[in-house]
Amino acid sequence: MACDTPADGTGAIGQAVDEAVLRATFPDAATRRAMVTTFGAATLLAAIADVLPLGIAREAMAQPATPEKRDLRIGFIAITCATPIIMADPMGFYRKHGLNVEVIRTAGWAVIRDRAIAREFDAAHMLAPMPLAMSLGVGVASPQPWAVAAIENVNGQAITLANKHRDKRNPANWRGMRFAVPFDFSIHNYLLRAYVAEAGLDPDRDIQIRSVPPPEMVANLRAENIDGFLGPDPFNQRAVFDGVGFIHLLTKTLWDGHPCCAFAVPASMPREMPGTFAALMRAIVEATAYSNAPANRREVAAAIAGPNYLNQPQTVIEQVLTGTFADGLGQVQRVPDRVGFQPFPYHSMAIWILTQMRRWGQLTREVDYAAVANQVFLALDAGRAMRELGLEVPADTMRRERILGRDFDPAQPDAYLASFAIRR
Amino acid sequence: MQREVSAWRAALLSLVILALFLGGWELALQGAGQGGGPALDPEYAALLGQAAATGGQTPMPKPSEIGRRLFQLLSDPFYIRGPNDQGIGIQIAWSLGRVLLGFGIAALVAIPLGFVIGMSPLLNAALNPFIQVLRPVSPLAWMPLALFTIQDSSISAVFVIFICSIWPMLLNTAFGVSAVRREWLNVARTLEAGTWRTAFRVILPAAAPTILTGMRISIGIAWLVIVAAEMLVGGTGIGYWVWNQWNNLSIADICIAILMIGLVGLALDRLLGLAARAVAWNE
Repeated sequence: MACDTPADGTGAIGQAVDEAVLRATFPDAATRRAMVTTFGAATLLAAIADVLPLGIAREAMAQPATPEKRDLRIGFIAITCATPIIMADPMGFYRKHGLNVEVIRTAGWAVIRDRAIAREFDAAHMLAPMPLAMSLGVGVASPQPWAVAAIENVNGQAITLANKHRDKRNPANWRGMRFAVPFDFSIHNYLLRAYVAEAGLDPDRDIQIRSVPPPEMVANLRAENIDGFLGPDPFNQRAVFDGVGFIHLLTKTLWDGHPCCAFAVPASMPREMPGTFAALMRAIVEATAYSNAPANRREVAAAIAGPNYLNQPQTVIEQVLTGTFADGLGQVQRVPDRVGFQPFPYHSMAIWILTQMRRWGQLTREVDYAAVANQVFLALDAGRAMRELGLEVPADTMRRERILGRDFDPAQPDAYLASFAIRR
Repeated sequence: MQREVSAWRAALLSLVILALFLGGWELALQGAGQGGGPALDPEYAALLGQAAATGGQTPMPKPSEIGRRLFQLLSDPFYIRGPNDQGIGIQIAWSLGRVLLGFGIAALVAIPLGFVIGMSPLLNAALNPFIQVLRPVSPLAWMPLALFTIQDSSISAVFVIFICSIWPMLLNTAFGVSAVRREWLNVARTLEAGTWRTAFRVILPAAAPTILTGMRISIGIAWLVIVAAEMLVGGTGIGYWVWNQWNNLSIADICIAILMIGLVGLALDRLLGLAARAVAWNE
């Protein structure tokens, strides 16, 4: 399989080899830096490659090695977004790739972040924007380099409103309403903000948005502390199941194919534990592909509904995963692609998230969007694992997106950002 | 002095109050959650919870439902099916372990320190402001600090127990030691007893009832704190179990957890009450 490894040695492992070679050739840091600034790393490496078999070194490094560490702890939040991370345990995908993984249910996003930073977890289920924010040092005391090794799910979120708002289906009428999102750094927050802003409301002034752990959303909706939420499943479906709310819309109608949750690892993991990282990637990518096949959805729902994992009524999980669900308005809807599972972390997704962090004032400095995306979203490593498992790998890490009726060109993030009237 | 009441009459009255409470609860919820709305499409109704299928909201569980669930939980309290699914007995054992560890360390620190403070009026005056400022701090306020500095969630939980249960023991020990009668100390001095001998043979027995009272208050606080601490750090324990059942919106399980927490707290208090009786003295 090594021949499938990108021959140019891109990806985290290839980069590590390149760095090591540069360091070995120019041991003096000042000289090395001067040479790299003058000629550029690529030119230098090309020159060195003439005398050194760099390609072979990179390939040798990229060979599937045995895992350095087999006993791993992975934290997760009990939502259907985490399906591949969770089901890989009862359905044996971790074991198959030689890993002994314990999946630990965790209380909330801030807790998962703090326990991840404290390295109580070797890897964790995170919201896709979290590793970006952590790596940039936004919302944490100091920058914590974490990476998105794979996307977990696309779509699969919804806006749920309390039953008393049945006649308020137009967001322009939502002035003064209170909404919950799972976390400040979440696609949910950015999508809800973008959605109400398209309707002419300022999300900071005209409505209230607060962070509420997903499990508490239904209880808050019931207690009328909030009027609605843009949250992860199964809690949208659970609100319908308990007769508390109805599903206003599925987020796939806002941005079809939007990323939501991610499988996050410390940025140093591919370098420090390449064997473990490769095995973990294969397990996750395979579990993701298995979860995505419509034929497997009922089986997966049965595997993860129990008390050790999601701890929810099985019918709720089944409705989420099969897309045949009660919408709370008296209709049975059939949307087979309500939630999808695809691992490839497109850089364009990261760039959109970064533009929204800028748009709402979370990120107050200029950053090189493409460089951050490249660093945090490990598309090449995910692509390698996909190729090894015989899955089709997207040709380009950049994809033009259609979001809320606007075209998003990841090559032109600044123009996109400038096109919004409502922003900070 | 209160008039003696016969134990069985008090017990009977307790039972009547309990029966009235549970019966009223059961009756109040009879027919709750029935929306009485128009009949729904059966395919749609099958996808909903029982109450929502008739157009209502899932109601508060009835005592009979809670009782059934309690029986179910107590018939197999010690199972372990993976890290996130363990029996209620195991969870209580985890909580008790944390409480006893935090409380034990607090006692080891508080009682000797209280002794020193009680014997030295100068130290007493010097340390008093710190104790008075730290004593009323809520356990939840310590938690982020503990997590940030200790960086280990289970040690943080024990630390929070420690820091919250240390104060009553410290204050009571200091008070008990300083309140030992002067005559007794003078007698000890006349008999030429050394400092250590005086401390262990005179002061400790004299102050023991006060110290035990402090410990009794502390264990109550420790047991209060553990639920909050475990809700925050997660993992194991009865507090985590409550949080977990809250995620699942399982109100019956939360009622059971409240009952269990109350019963274990009562047992802990009674144990220290017995110990207090053992060291009590009458003049």
